[in-house]
Amino acid sequence: MGTEDIEIESRNLNLWYGSAQALKDVSIPIEKNRVTALIGPSGCGKSTFIRCINRMNDLIKGCRITGKVLFEGRDVYEKDVDVVVLRKRIGMVFQKPNPFPMSIYDNIAYGPRIHGTQAKRELDEVVEDSLKAAALWDEVGGILDKPALDLSGGQQQRLCIARTLAVKPDVILFDEPCSALDPISTARIEDLINVLKHDYTIIIVTHNMQQAARVSDHTAFFLLGEMIEFGETKQIFERPVEKSTENYITGRFG
Amino acid sequence: MSAAVRTRIFSPDTTDRVASLLLWASAIATVLILLSIIGTIVYRGIGVIDISFLLDSPRMSGAEGGIFPAIVGTLCLVAVAILTAGPVGVGAAVYLTEYAPDNGVTHMITFGVECLAGIPSIVIGLFGYAFLVVYLGFGFSILSGGLALMFMILPWTVRASEEAIKTVSGDLKEGSVALGATKWQTIRQVVLPSALPGITTGVILGTGKAIGETAVIMYTAGSSLLLPESIFEPVRALPYHLYILASEGISDDMAYGSAAVLLGMVLLINFTAVTIQRYYQARSGLRH
Amino acid sequence: MVREQYHEELTKVRQMVLKLGEMAGASIKNSVEALCDHNVEQAEAVIKGDAGIDDHSAKIEIKCMRLLALQQPMARDLRMIGAVIKINLDLERMSDLAVDIAKITVAIGDEKHIKPLIDIPRMAKIACEMLDSVLQAFSESNPDLAYKTAKCDDEIDALFDQVRRELITLMIEDPRKIANASHLTFVARYLERIGDHATNICESVVYMVTGDRVKLN
Repeated sequence: MGTEDIEIESRNLNLWYGSAQALKDVSIPIEKNRVTALIGPSGCGKSTFIRCINRMNDLIKGCRITGKVLFEGRDVYEKDVDVVVLRKRIGMVFQKPNPFPMSIYDNIAYGPRIHGTQAKRELDEVVEDSLKAAALWDEVGGILDKPALDLSGGQQQRLCIARTLAVKPDVILFDEPCSALDPISTARIEDLINVLKHDYTIIIVTHNMQQAARVSDHTAFFLLGEMIEFGETKQIFERPVEKSTENYITGRFG
Repeated sequence: MSAAVRTRIFSPDTTDRVASLLLWASAIATVLILLSIIGTIVYRGIGVIDISFLLDSPRMSGAEGGIFPAIVGTLCLVAVAILTAGPVGVGAAVYLTEYAPDNGVTHMITFGVECLAGIPSIVIGLFGYAFLVVYLGFGFSILSGGLALMFMILPWTVRASEEAIKTVSGDLKEGSVALGATKWQTIRQVVLPSALPGITTGVILGTGKAIGETAVIMYTAGSSLLLPESIFEPVRALPYHLYILASEGISDDMAYGSAAVLLGMVLLINFTAVTIQRYYQARSGLRH
Repeated sequence: MVREQYHEELTKVRQMVLKLGEMAGASIKNSVEALCDHNVEQAEAVIKGDAGIDDHSAKIEIKCMRLLALQQPMARDLRMIGAVIKINLDLERMSDLAVDIAKITVAIGDEKHIKPLIDIPRMAKIACEMLDSVLQAFSESNPDLAYKTAKCDDEIDALFDQVRRELITLMIEDPRKIANASHLTFVARYLERIGDHATNICESVVYMVTGDRVKLN
């Protein structure tokens, strides 16, 4: 991959929660308009890693970071970086669908509104576009004023994706987006990720190795806070280089 | 093993049956106490309650006529208490849950809130008299009484709001922050609306406490039986009216009638609180 | 170790492949022996035995498909299953070729061979050795042994060329020998094919262990 295609790159990233080190010297290049999957056992640091990218770890007390996370060549931890703008450009979808307890419409309009869009027509457009992009418009187009929490789990998660798309990000971080969903809803989200990657750079943390294999172009394997192996997904799953990667993906752990 | 079985006086079955019987009896006792209070009050009081009892002014110190000014007085006092305790309580709760650093000062504030809840109401009444009535010069008035009531229900409001805010899941906050919202935007637009049913319930239950309070308003709201025209005028609250009717031996029937109305108001308020909570939960689809 | 049952199944598949390999090897050995000895009975036993081999091969395939469907093997397990599916086919084809040789033995019956058989048993011996050796490579996950084994195929090919030329010469000299000679040409051809299948298995073993896709013939 050419360096001009790298959208995000972590360089020697270390992270401590208090005195416990959660990330050790992690360096990963994330290619533009590709899906990069992060896999590894629980507590290996993969979720912690993506939370460094949009600085969600800022919210956690006692969290300390060294190293760099370059977004379009610029370290997101530089002093004059506006976190609000950063998080607007790097969206995030969480493990559990977390729609706000308001209407479907207001959920999608939430982001644009806090970033200053007030005009009704403009909001209507954003809501429709986002829901369409998240493959949810056909299901909820007629019931936009219904509470978002009335939707099924899978619909809620797509709503959360639509909500993220509404602020027009460049990157979307998925933190185990399907772990609370049934297989059909999971398949729909995976299809959606495949479509979205044409317009967005996607990073997905997943416990489900088959999911990583299905949706991603590149895969990084984490173990105990270290990034053990990074490569093309087809290589990682057919012939990993590192023994521990092989042991993990073939279920020979511990 | 078999020795243990043999030395047992009662079979496990018997113990179990006795235990459940005792527990059942406790539960029944609770309900019986409630029912007998309601029963007695309603039975003794229902005779005097009619439209004119509710809407007329008392005559002859309350021996005749109605209790309308006392109802109005109570509602005014409670309104002032809620309107002040609500915002202050929610504000304090937001600060304590979302902003306060985890240090000694915060712990002291939390401890202070606990202590405030523990102060006997008569003490709050005396303080209200000294501070509001005399020092600030509000006199015996709705304002003094309402603020004194606010002192009393404030800790409940803070605690109910704190609990309600804490139950708003971190997922929602993260969702908002991840969209680029600031902390205040998140609190105002996501946290507070989600916590609203809990806060409302807490405030309304505080109201239920305030509405029956006598000691606090005795020294602050006065005992005028006239209809108030502003919040600077004194009123007599329903429980105080009831106290005077009974303690001065003016009229037992009128006292029971007032008690029945007061009881009705408290039950209505509790019922409203539960209904509001149910309604919000159903509307937002939240299930706690 | 997690997923114990899965890993037991994987071990079992490997053992089934080794068993199939033994069966195919025995068929080859017996069919050529029968040919040399004009032993029609032994040849017929080989033909009959093929049903059992096909059965066993089908079982391996079913097991592989089931593992793929139910366990989603990854990395070296995935390569192992992929290799086994191919090896299974090769072994099954090898025993089919042994059957073909046995059928020729039956067709020849008591009719005397036009020449003493020397090179054909040699081809068979090398083919059987290749098979044994590649099965060992498979069971030990030893790519070096697979590479080494594949080299033996050159000997078989050379022998086939030699046998074919010799038989053609005989046929040109005496057209009465054509019937028997063409039978023997086919046998040699079948043994040469058996060698190719053995080479394929070598390739599969290399892929299974290293992930490299190599061409060894």
